[in-house]
Amino acid sequence: MSDLVADNVNMIFTTPTGDSVHALKDVSFTLKKGELLSVLGPSGCGKTTMLNIIAGFIHPTSGSLQLGGEEIEGPGVNRGMVFQQGALFEWLTVAENVNFGLRMKNADKDETAKKVEEWLDIVGLQGFGNTPTYQLSGGMQQRVALARCLINDPDLILMDEPLGALDALTREKMQSLVLKIWKETGKTIMIITHSVEEALLLGERLFVMAPRPGRLHKEYRLDFAEQGLTQDLREIKQTDAFAETREEILTMIWNMEEEIMGKT
Amino acid sequence: MIIGSLFIILIATLIWSIIYGRKLIRTERNDAVFGNPSRAEGGWHWIIAGVSSILLVWFFFSWDAARAYFPKAANELCQVAKLTSATNPIRTTFPFEDRLLQGTELLERDYGQLDSLQASVSVSDLSDADKAELTALVEELRDTLASQADSSQLDPALPAKFDAIADDINALSAKLEQTDYPGPADSYIMEKALAQPKWGETRTEIPTIPLTDRGRKFEAAAAEMAEISKAYRGIKNEGGAWESRLNSISGKLEALKVRESEEELQILVKQLNKVFKRIDNGKVFPPEFTNKVEAALENFDDVQKSEQGSLRLIDIFAMPGGEIRAGNNACSEQGSGRWLPKPSDTLKTFARLANPNEGYKGTPLLWYKMKPLSEMVDFVVPDMVADLIPGAYPRHDTNGNIELNFKSKVLNIASGNFSSPSIPVPMGHVWDSIVRVLVGLFFGILLGVPLGLFMGLSRFAKGFFDPLIEMYRPIPPLAWAPLILTIFGIGDDGKIFLLFMVAFAIMVISARTGATGTQLSKIHAAHSLGASKRQITRQVILPNSLPEILTGIRIAIGVCWGTLVAAEMLAGTTGIGFVENVARKQSDYEIIWMTILLLGLLGLLFDLGMRWVIAKTIPWRGKG
Repeated sequence: MSDLVADNVNMIFTTPTGDSVHALKDVSFTLKKGELLSVLGPSGCGKTTMLNIIAGFIHPTSGSLQLGGEEIEGPGVNRGMVFQQGALFEWLTVAENVNFGLRMKNADKDETAKKVEEWLDIVGLQGFGNTPTYQLSGGMQQRVALARCLINDPDLILMDEPLGALDALTREKMQSLVLKIWKETGKTIMIITHSVEEALLLGERLFVMAPRPGRLHKEYRLDFAEQGLTQDLREIKQTDAFAETREEILTMIWNMEEEIMGKT
Repeated sequence: MIIGSLFIILIATLIWSIIYGRKLIRTERNDAVFGNPSRAEGGWHWIIAGVSSILLVWFFFSWDAARAYFPKAANELCQVAKLTSATNPIRTTFPFEDRLLQGTELLERDYGQLDSLQASVSVSDLSDADKAELTALVEELRDTLASQADSSQLDPALPAKFDAIADDINALSAKLEQTDYPGPADSYIMEKALAQPKWGETRTEIPTIPLTDRGRKFEAAAAEMAEISKAYRGIKNEGGAWESRLNSISGKLEALKVRESEEELQILVKQLNKVFKRIDNGKVFPPEFTNKVEAALENFDDVQKSEQGSLRLIDIFAMPGGEIRAGNNACSEQGSGRWLPKPSDTLKTFARLANPNEGYKGTPLLWYKMKPLSEMVDFVVPDMVADLIPGAYPRHDTNGNIELNFKSKVLNIASGNFSSPSIPVPMGHVWDSIVRVLVGLFFGILLGVPLGLFMGLSRFAKGFFDPLIEMYRPIPPLAWAPLILTIFGIGDDGKIFLLFMVAFAIMVISARTGATGTQLSKIHAAHSLGASKRQITRQVILPNSLPEILTGIRIAIGVCWGTLVAAEMLAGTTGIGFVENVARKQSDYEIIWMTILLLGLLGLLFDLGMRWVIAKTIPWRGKG
């Protein structure tokens, strides 16, 4: 049992001017092991705040968050994180980046080297072990970030707009890679994204969040991710069902943005 | 010879590189608009043009080129200078360079002084009788002065004396024009002349004994002219009708001097006495007496100038910005020839100082010495180690013998008191300077970087240490120097501490900037990969701050280098700054220039080294 259970999580920030901002309000959900969740919402709806709370970088104002029955109290190895810009350590080579977590644990060197090889294989970076990371393209850097996170064997993988900075073609390849990893490892994955299409493709479940205060607005259960494992992603995007859902969500977010504009 | 051909090569290189560069510009103009980005690259031909221009200017203005092409010119010009200085006593009495005749100037000044004396007498607190007497004296002096210029009242033999001088000068002019003057060279003197060191070979700079016929001509003329000058200076306006009046004035002044207690009177009498003495000197003559001498001297000038011939061209064009002057028994370069050392001399001086047996003030520039290993152990192991061993140090027994125990043996080793093989160790002025910079920098980095990182990570450290560092950092390091050199002494310690202070502040600030600038996502990533705080500091924040730290080191080396030289000038017995300071006191321009070049070269080497280190250690900078 390593489910993620959020129970009435609230997050209230105080701005330097003294105003308080309700970033998250009464967020409750359960994410079962092996589920693929994508989170979508207009900017300022608290997506990243929620991710940071789950990762343990910040503490919620109230409510509880449990992973596998244990309260989350700080950053931990059981929750891997992939950032938008990769956040790679550019003074290290690809292999050194990937084995960073294992080195911090002083793991056996031969074992580590073997694992690095394996994971570089999976993410498609065979033979790049000794390349300095600053020489890699954006897509390759994200592959390194994925491998670096996965080699630690976390229960839950958190991705904060991981493909946001990539070009369309690379992005599609990476989406397939994420689906492949999800299927092969059976990890619980939570992806935050700006792109509706990406959210539909990379979400077994999809949360649409609403801003001010940040809250869960609507949940979808989708089967595009399941199809994506066997089918070409571009074909899925052209199906009527996909287009319909996409339009529905786009309208929903559009309306939310309009509402914010009206408020201010 | 070498300098001569080098000079020609440099001119050729300069011309070639300019032509080549212009040709390139012309071809580029066809396919590039103004603002072509490659304009910022300059081009190596322009570098060659720049370097050879600088060298040419140096060769030319330091007279090195003149020395290469006209090696005998200085010796000849020295003879000309001798003649000039021999002529000067006569020359300066005529308005050649001055506006007024010497006599006119004297009269003008004496009249002015008498006028102001009269004014002071009338406003003084003296008795009316004294006032009247002094006024009468002033009037008498004025009359005497006037009659000195009146030919009817003078000694009738005076004009003949001037005519004799004029004749002598004319005779010398005539001799100067003769080709065989002053006759064949004396072989003994010729030998001595040839044995002289050549121009610039020794510190006396210019050989004084003439080597050429032209030189001998001018030297002989200088000797004769010196005699004429002496006679001219001996002519005195005396024996005139006014002499008896002057005697009576003298008597009256002496009578007044007796009244010593009257202060105001004595001041006025003293001033009157000064004017009296000048009149008594008899240096004012009627202008018509000296006209012949003036004309003779003018003629002589023309003759000697034409006799100089090509020498004048060499003086004007090859030895710019100065001249050769004759002193009592030596000739010297003045102007740029003096303070701008010749490149060849500078190189020679450098070679002399670089010779380890010579060095400067007993220390070579850069050499090695054999040093026993034991002395180095002394430095590494503190003597305190022996104190920590349990037990007591041995005491002498009744026979006066001392038996060593373990504790004292350890002390011997720790204090370097044992025989050991020697190994070569670098030493010298340059080495001392470099070591001071590097040691100061090393401690600055060792303590500054951790503190800087700590300050970048902790609010406490930032708040606590910031005022301490900001209190001393803005003060120019040299302002600390007198205090620190007093506390630590003039040895290495004070200088190293000063440099440490400089480097420390720079390193703290750069490491802090680096640590604060670490992206949060990197720290988060390391966190969720299971790194502890300590691991994050060492594995993420430190390497991430490396660009700032290395830039800080690069700046610190430069600042330390500048501070060190100034500190060495203040105090010390070794180091490049010390060498320069001593050379400054001795007006040894070659060594000054050499140290300047050396300092620049070493500074450049430090910077190149740091650039290389930066390129090797942080190749990712700007590419992340």
